[in-house]
Amino acid sequence: MQAVLDERRGQIHRKGEAPFAMSCNKDSLAGAVSQRACVFCGSRVVLYPIADALHLVHGPIGCAVYTWDIRGALSSGPELHRMSFSTDMQEIDVIFGGEKKLYQALIELIDRHQPKAAFVYSTCIVGLIGDDLKAVCRKVAEEKGIPVLPVQSEGFKGNKRAGYAAACNAMRQLVGTGDVTGISKHSINILGDFNLAGEIWLIREYFEKIGVEVVANITGDGRIDDLKRCHGAALNVVQCSGATMDLANMMEKDFGVPSIRVSYFGVEDMAESLYAVADFFKDQEMIDKTRALVKAELSALLPQIQQYRQALTGKKAAIYVGGAFKAFSLVKAFRLLGMEVVMVGSQTGTPEDYQELEEITDPGTIIVDDANPLELSSFLKEKEVDIFVGGVKERPIAYKLGVAFCDHNHERKEILAGFAGMLNFAREVYSSVMSPVWRFVPRRDV
Amino acid sequence: MTKMPPNYISTTNACKLCKPLGACLAFRGVEGTVPFLHGSQGCATYMRRYVISHFNEPIDIASSSLGEKHAVYGGGPNLKLGLNNVTQKYNPQLIGIATTCLTETIGDDVGGLLDEYRREFGGRRGAPLLVNVATPSYSGTHMEGFHAAVHALASQLARGGARTEAVNLLPGFVSPADLRHLKELVAAFNLECTVLPDISDTLDGEALADYPLIPEGGTKIKDIRAMGRARATIEFGYTLDEQIAAGRFLAETFAVPLYRLGTPIGLRETDRLCKRLSELSGQALPARYASARGRLVDAMVDGHKYLFGKKAVLYGEEDLVVGLVSFLAEIGVQPVLCATGGRSGNFARAVAEAVAETGLPAPEAHEGMDFFDISEQARTLAPDLIIGHSKGYPLARELDIPLLRVGFPIHDRVGGQRILHVGYQGAQQLFDLIANAMIEVKQRKSPVGYSYM
Repeated sequence: MQAVLDERRGQIHRKGEAPFAMSCNKDSLAGAVSQRACVFCGSRVVLYPIADALHLVHGPIGCAVYTWDIRGALSSGPELHRMSFSTDMQEIDVIFGGEKKLYQALIELIDRHQPKAAFVYSTCIVGLIGDDLKAVCRKVAEEKGIPVLPVQSEGFKGNKRAGYAAACNAMRQLVGTGDVTGISKHSINILGDFNLAGEIWLIREYFEKIGVEVVANITGDGRIDDLKRCHGAALNVVQCSGATMDLANMMEKDFGVPSIRVSYFGVEDMAESLYAVADFFKDQEMIDKTRALVKAELSALLPQIQQYRQALTGKKAAIYVGGAFKAFSLVKAFRLLGMEVVMVGSQTGTPEDYQELEEITDPGTIIVDDANPLELSSFLKEKEVDIFVGGVKERPIAYKLGVAFCDHNHERKEILAGFAGMLNFAREVYSSVMSPVWRFVPRRDV
Repeated sequence: MTKMPPNYISTTNACKLCKPLGACLAFRGVEGTVPFLHGSQGCATYMRRYVISHFNEPIDIASSSLGEKHAVYGGGPNLKLGLNNVTQKYNPQLIGIATTCLTETIGDDVGGLLDEYRREFGGRRGAPLLVNVATPSYSGTHMEGFHAAVHALASQLARGGARTEAVNLLPGFVSPADLRHLKELVAAFNLECTVLPDISDTLDGEALADYPLIPEGGTKIKDIRAMGRARATIEFGYTLDEQIAAGRFLAETFAVPLYRLGTPIGLRETDRLCKRLSELSGQALPARYASARGRLVDAMVDGHKYLFGKKAVLYGEEDLVVGLVSFLAEIGVQPVLCATGGRSGNFARAVAEAVAETGLPAPEAHEGMDFFDISEQARTLAPDLIIGHSKGYPLARELDIPLLRVGFPIHDRVGGQRILHVGYQGAQQLFDLIANAMIEVKQRKSPVGYSYM
């Protein structure tokens, strides 16, 4: 049976077999078992790490319970973000409207937890019954004296990208409301790192070492007060292609804060990120410090990578991730390990993203947008892949076929960013690819 | 009897899942079936992620992936497109269609749409059967969704006619290991049996060379067809609402005698099941189960001192908790709090009945609880252990007491699908786990460091 539905052919490209053309950013095809989630998911993952806010999901229980404590996003202080709050709408709320319950739930939870702000997520059903989320939020904000921010994340109103935009709109309400005195001229906000396994602490340390002050983490280990004053930073440093770019754009328009795009995955991209920031400030001392830092990190790291590279050279990797920026970095990271990327795809890539992937990959590489289990499994088999990089939903596809796997999604518990993260990544890949268990799986029987 | 917990408006860290998830699990237990959610794309993806993290198995759940214009003009066209695409790619024998809060609220008439679809496409060679169930997530939990899907399978597929020798077994949501054990047990009585649903292979499969379009296993459709002709139905679950119970449907529609039993956890409930099987088959308890029972009683005696008077907090699906309470009452562990996110209205009664003949006081048992409520109560009860799924871990960690993982989901250990809860062997494994957990606490807290307890 063919793995690819006719309607999906435009979303799959094999480099070198045809001129590059890629259809993407479309609604998922009904019945195709997309690996994507929904608008709500997009908003929830972006705002989730803000640790001193109340995150209340207004809807039936599912949306809240499936997102309870699911990200490995760490906090250095409060951990309110790890709780799952819901209005748990019942039939009666659907019939008569959920505004009253939402109001009461907000008051109850704000009194109980004393958060710095509250985000209220709209779900499919709220969009249908027409609860006036904004009015309820405004009323509670006045009564309780904290920002109460509606997140317009009705699941059916677009895809995950629309959810990123809704999250950015909600955060934008906070920006510009705090005091910016005392912020250094060499200051940045870190956007699009979610502090999985503590990554943002590592990145902040690099920036501090080269003399850059970090005003706000957006959103890893995030705090409401930092968001309020982050317009005082000189530069927004944005990772992750979709999630927080909208906020950076809004801040550029409204506050004149420019932004640059970076990635902290892989040594090349990590080093380039630091240099890009140092270049922006045009400060010789900072540039010198950056050179010294990169040199010190690389001279410690590269010899350790070497042993892994020896074992992994020539092995084949496949990549399927949410945002395409991560795919760029992973292609380079695998190259550093001497490995060959034979398939790469994302849930939410743009035409520009896929163009870039086409440029940096080798001929024959399969590039895919919004794939599904049948396509992914057929590519793994066709390309005789040694390791697949993805998230929880991709893992059983790899394992069922006897293929090694590296979790590079938001549930992971290992640091994969930064220089130290590259070593962890090499170790992760090595310890899955080199496991003796693959000797016994059926695909080795032939 | 007990004080009611405060009635909070909001839900914090829910002790339940949503209705369509249960329906997907049940549909996954039918041969050649693809579960299909009529709603927005996120529902299917979230549920897949949640289920995968427990079973470590692929579970493809299709979606009609509705967008904004479908919410306004109706989801019919996407439902039909989705069914065609699933048919084309998966070649299923059956598609199990569950609704979501989105499609229930916009008022899609799924039954009518499927009739239209059957007229348009049903005549084609290889066209799959379609079974549909209404599962709005704003009413009931995943267990109501599970039972509703089983009911839908029975009511839409089963036919009457000449009686067969087979027995229907409706086990509810138990683990693949449980299902394998139950099937062996029934077979040991030389009874033919249709277990619905049967996820023992579909959600606990072998390593393969090819990705399975639809995994092998599941209840055979021809066997579901024949359920109306069976000589008896055994249905587990004392809290199950008779209105959605497939066993009652088969009894009322096809006069198949129904025997309602508890989930067979512990000695007495397993005895009840074996007695019923013995009566149906005319055979005595097979020797290997008789000796398993004997070894269980022997083990209970050997380990009783480690357990007597220990206090346990239990939570989870209602019928699982009721079964566990029944077993704990047999080994002298006092359940001090029994909690569920469900609201069957039958929970407290079933818990009280589970301990009635053992002389233990009736435990506190509350419906509609979340982990905020459970934690608030547990802190005042000084429990020695917690029994439930992975989501009680933060509480166990806070109270520094063992969490014995049972049920679903097990997201922080391997092997959730292999946990055996039922039968004499299941009770044996639970007993060893609980006793060893108590011994370990004693050993760890001892200043001496005995290696001989």
